[in-house]
Amino acid sequence: MLTRRGLLWAGAGGWLAARTYAADSPGAVTSGTEEVVAALPGKRPLIQHAFRPPNFETPLADLAAPFTPNNAFFVRYHLALIPEVDPLQWRLQVGGASAQRPLTLSLQELKHDFTLVTVPAVNQCAGNRRGLFAPRVPGVQWGNGGMGNARWRGVRLRDVLRRSEISADAVEAVFSGADSAVLPSTPGFAKSLPVDRALDENTLIAFEMNGEPLPHWNGAPARLVVPGWAGTYWVKHLTDIRIEPKPFDGFWMKGGYRIPTGVFPGRRFVTQETPETTPVTEILVNSLIVSPAPGSRLQRGRPAQLSGKAWDGGSGIVRVEVSVDGRQSWRAATLGADLGRFAWREFHYALDTSRAGPLQVAVRAHSRSGATQPDKLIFNPSGYHDNIVQTLAAEVA
Amino acid sequence: MMRRAARLGWVPAALLCAAVCSALWADAAPASRATEITQLKDSPGRDLTVGRCIICHSVEYIPANAPAMDRASWQKSVQKMRERFGAPITDDEAKQILDYLAANYSDKKSP
Repeated sequence: MLTRRGLLWAGAGGWLAARTYAADSPGAVTSGTEEVVAALPGKRPLIQHAFRPPNFETPLADLAAPFTPNNAFFVRYHLALIPEVDPLQWRLQVGGASAQRPLTLSLQELKHDFTLVTVPAVNQCAGNRRGLFAPRVPGVQWGNGGMGNARWRGVRLRDVLRRSEISADAVEAVFSGADSAVLPSTPGFAKSLPVDRALDENTLIAFEMNGEPLPHWNGAPARLVVPGWAGTYWVKHLTDIRIEPKPFDGFWMKGGYRIPTGVFPGRRFVTQETPETTPVTEILVNSLIVSPAPGSRLQRGRPAQLSGKAWDGGSGIVRVEVSVDGRQSWRAATLGADLGRFAWREFHYALDTSRAGPLQVAVRAHSRSGATQPDKLIFNPSGYHDNIVQTLAAEVA
Repeated sequence: MMRRAARLGWVPAALLCAAVCSALWADAAPASRATEITQLKDSPGRDLTVGRCIICHSVEYIPANAPAMDRASWQKSVQKMRERFGAPITDDEAKQILDYLAANYSDKKSP
């Protein structure tokens, strides 16, 4: 069913460049670390954090488009054995103690037996911006590009789960994929969702991304899409769903992707919570300045536009504000088209370039649910939820 | 790198295969600054560290994490690899690896 040819991709991935960015202030759009840029097969050059397992970040310039191109979309794996899955041989198993009618579905059956839907949504790694934490914390040192926005097409998970006749005692749905660890002793990558989030109409088993089949490195032939929730739940190369009457105790739920309990806003995952820690769940309201690039020199008197993206966990963005006077006063940016409440929203703002000198810009987004970005980072030891007010230092000359 | 991996004594075939894949890749990469930063500092314990770590992952994780690490955090990391991820590392090897990482990749600034 699965081949291991994917393992040998590494020799083909060429080094392209290495460059160093200067360290910058909190909230600014540089990581302060060495950046290596390299291309995986089928991808354009991305910022390489690790080649095995592959962890590649989308460069800032590739986050400018309304939908992030598939060949520029970030890649994130925990485990090194990543098979190329034959879509004709692929099967999805649905079962577990709370599924009264276990199913096996081919891709063909999935596409023809269920309603097809498309959801535009941000996929953001829980650890996006970890590399910007001060003090620094261990883990993949992501800058801003552990995220992207895409149109995900597939079928509703709930339609599939209903066919498996879930019993009333169901508590969590557990998902695993075809990728695996080198050592049998390493826990496989499996994640769970509260059963109500699994049954949400927006949670998909997706097989297309931006109108094309899912790229290999983004979970072909089918992956879970959980709009509004961190990327860790979007299990790639999905092969197995189990509906269970008890909380899942796998390593990637109990031993990782956890934040201090009661500190951050967002949906609680109660069956996985302890008095000390709780799983990362929803994406917090956030923004990103895409241009001008950090440290740009803007020509005096020439029009210059600040632009970027704002998003949250699914309430939608109602306002983006810009300050150019050290956060004393804020003015509204112009919002771009509403691509859907789980997608990001573009914003634009005309910068005043009439006077020469340094330009310090701050940006904050407001969600429809009334949340905004904090001024200071809420430190947590695993480096999640960096949604502080974004800043840009430029110069008018 | 490949020769070093082969000198490490007992390594199961599957693990050796993984190591060789990494080594082949390293050999294929052109000499540049980019390759330098994936090569670990040459000091006692490096061969053992490379040999054990690349069973599961490339060594880029080590310099990339150095700014967040001190001896205590490397100890936690090595322990996690052994206990949570089942890395085949003996007590004696773990000490050598920890000494190497603590001496070469502990750039955490004290508060």
